[in-house]
Amino acid sequence: MAAKFDLNDDGVVVIVGSGAGGGTLGNELAQKGVKVVVLEAGPRVGMEEFVNNEWESFSQISWLDKRTTSGSWRVAKDFAGLPAWIVKAVGGSTVHWAGASLRFQDHEFKTRFHYGELSGANLLDWPVTLQEMEPYYARAEYKMGVTGTNGIPRLPGNNNYKVLAAGAKALGYKEFHSGNMAINSQERDGRASCRQIGFCFQGCKTGAKWSTLMAEIPKGEETGNLEVRSDAQVIKIEHDASGKVTGVLYGDKAGNVHRQKARIVAVAGNSIESPRLLLNSASSMFPDGLANSSGQVGRNYMRHTTGSVYATFENPVHMYRGTTMAGIVRDEARFDTSRGFAGGYELETLSLGLPFMAAFLNPGAWGRSFTSALDSYDHMAGMWIVGEDMPQETNRITPHATEKDRFGMSVPNVHFDDHPNDVAMRNHAFRQGSAIYEAVGATRTIHTPPYPSTHNLGTNRMSEDARDGVVNKHGQAHDVKNLFISDGSQFTTGAACNPTLTIVSLAIRQADFIADSMSKREI
Amino acid sequence: MRTIDKRARVTRRNFLKSGAAAAGVTAFASGTVAIDANGAWAMTTEHLKPETMTTLVKMARDLYPHDRLGDVYYAKAVEAYDGKAGADATLKQLIEQGVAEMNSLAQAKYAMPYAAVNEEGDRVAVLRSIETTPFFQKIRGDMVVALYNQPAVWVKFGYEGSSAEHGGYLERGFNDIDWLKDA
Repeated sequence: MAAKFDLNDDGVVVIVGSGAGGGTLGNELAQKGVKVVVLEAGPRVGMEEFVNNEWESFSQISWLDKRTTSGSWRVAKDFAGLPAWIVKAVGGSTVHWAGASLRFQDHEFKTRFHYGELSGANLLDWPVTLQEMEPYYARAEYKMGVTGTNGIPRLPGNNNYKVLAAGAKALGYKEFHSGNMAINSQERDGRASCRQIGFCFQGCKTGAKWSTLMAEIPKGEETGNLEVRSDAQVIKIEHDASGKVTGVLYGDKAGNVHRQKARIVAVAGNSIESPRLLLNSASSMFPDGLANSSGQVGRNYMRHTTGSVYATFENPVHMYRGTTMAGIVRDEARFDTSRGFAGGYELETLSLGLPFMAAFLNPGAWGRSFTSALDSYDHMAGMWIVGEDMPQETNRITPHATEKDRFGMSVPNVHFDDHPNDVAMRNHAFRQGSAIYEAVGATRTIHTPPYPSTHNLGTNRMSEDARDGVVNKHGQAHDVKNLFISDGSQFTTGAACNPTLTIVSLAIRQADFIADSMSKREI
Repeated sequence: MRTIDKRARVTRRNFLKSGAAAAGVTAFASGTVAIDANGAWAMTTEHLKPETMTTLVKMARDLYPHDRLGDVYYAKAVEAYDGKAGADATLKQLIEQGVAEMNSLAQAKYAMPYAAVNEEGDRVAVLRSIETTPFFQKIRGDMVVALYNQPAVWVKFGYEGSSAEHGGYLERGFNDIDWLKDA
């Protein structure tokens, strides 16, 4: 059963956040006998409580705390208070994710080497290689039950996928299939087989989709070594005179503040909250924020070069039936600068229900040009672009100068401008996406601007050299040896694929490192 | 493939019943009934002028025009403004002043109030001229949610809504597309 640790227990590992990084790290450590307290800012919502209703679910699980935006990205205009569409609940954004589980390509760990000096881009090679990561990717795929790996059959393609596949084939693309998905195509690991419900973004109501809520956390709790405290927002990480962290201050639902002591602190609050917490933990010893001697905390914010292509057809599609992300075209993920940009992109099916389609198809639009597209809702197919965007130092999370939350923490501002490489890639992807649908008779294609960010990356990046980044190859802070970063904020660059599999793989690897270092009494 | 019966399931009678239930007996007794000239919808208003409600219904249609949707769905989308205006004087003023401005623009251009202007294009010209105002932005932002978040509207667009209680689409047409040559 779930453990219960004392606030003064200074032998525990405190993990901030329970998503792909924090939830996985917590279970992995608990399995090794390490005592873990996971502090999750949101509530614990069970799968039976999830709702197949987009707006209702949005209110139920989204991170809706105040945030501000700046920069030239369109999200700042259309969704000024909602830079990211992520989850505030136990399980973090693994509750909301669609399940696409792809490995980085070899060159994507060495972008500075392969892409060279790109003006305005703060490119850097990862301090790890694909070869080093492969065993951890394999463990993550097995743990998550990724289709198309470990002999697990792929999911059957739905209508939306069939349109994508037929168009891709007509265009001459070679690598397209129903994806490598962390969604059970058959019963596995105590979780059900997918019923093609749709509403993957709203929390899977059968548990067929892997999430830390349904898989990692219950397993960790069974060991008796893991305690998850929900409605616990960490406000500050504290340290002693030697510079080692000693615990955290967190606020509970009632607004009371507690101090949880810790031997190690691992931060996994997603790429907006994680740097926010480090910056809010500034002290006389660390005046620019904890672990920030490089000045890189909060910088290099990446969100993937995204956008969507929707197309209407003469005949019905009913794209909303079945898994949200039902298939992928991978041919454009290659590294090939002859297209006019560095890096690559994936094209993945995506569907929205009518309420969200109205809100996101062309935010702010009204009148007949807009509504005539919605008139064809059940004749629509859709895809999402996931491309590698360039890290830029000026794309960053900063504490708001005046706005504070109820615990006195400055609310985060998210600044983002597209790099010219991002724009060139998006335009290429829009053209190819339209071509795919036109090849199978689309009567109209619509290029939808990026939604609020779901892939938030890079704001506490890994680097070989302590001057270039925040953490080393194990996610360990360069400046503080018992402080770790365990989420997507440690990404040096973003690659052309969904980040969750890599976050989980890094967490598995980090758990091995932490447990080993603890047993050797190095931390 | 399995397609959806899009025939209307919301009638004026249903709407009146639900509207009255939501408003409550007292409100019904003290309020004013706003009713569409064609009898497509009717509702009780307590805080906003009945003609304001009529104008908002027309504005909602002009913002998000769907010829397949009767006025009843647009009326449903704006219905909540009456209660909200009762609880929020600033909102009430924003709406009443906004509608008054639309009407005076329509009067100046077409010598009649906004809702009486026959051509959609003429009414849209009025909307374009107030597009940047807080009133317009408020109504537009609310309507894109309130109109399309009605289960009765979903049916008209062939969207089936919640599916978990029906066992998902595994046996209900998730892959039944039948017109692709090469699927």
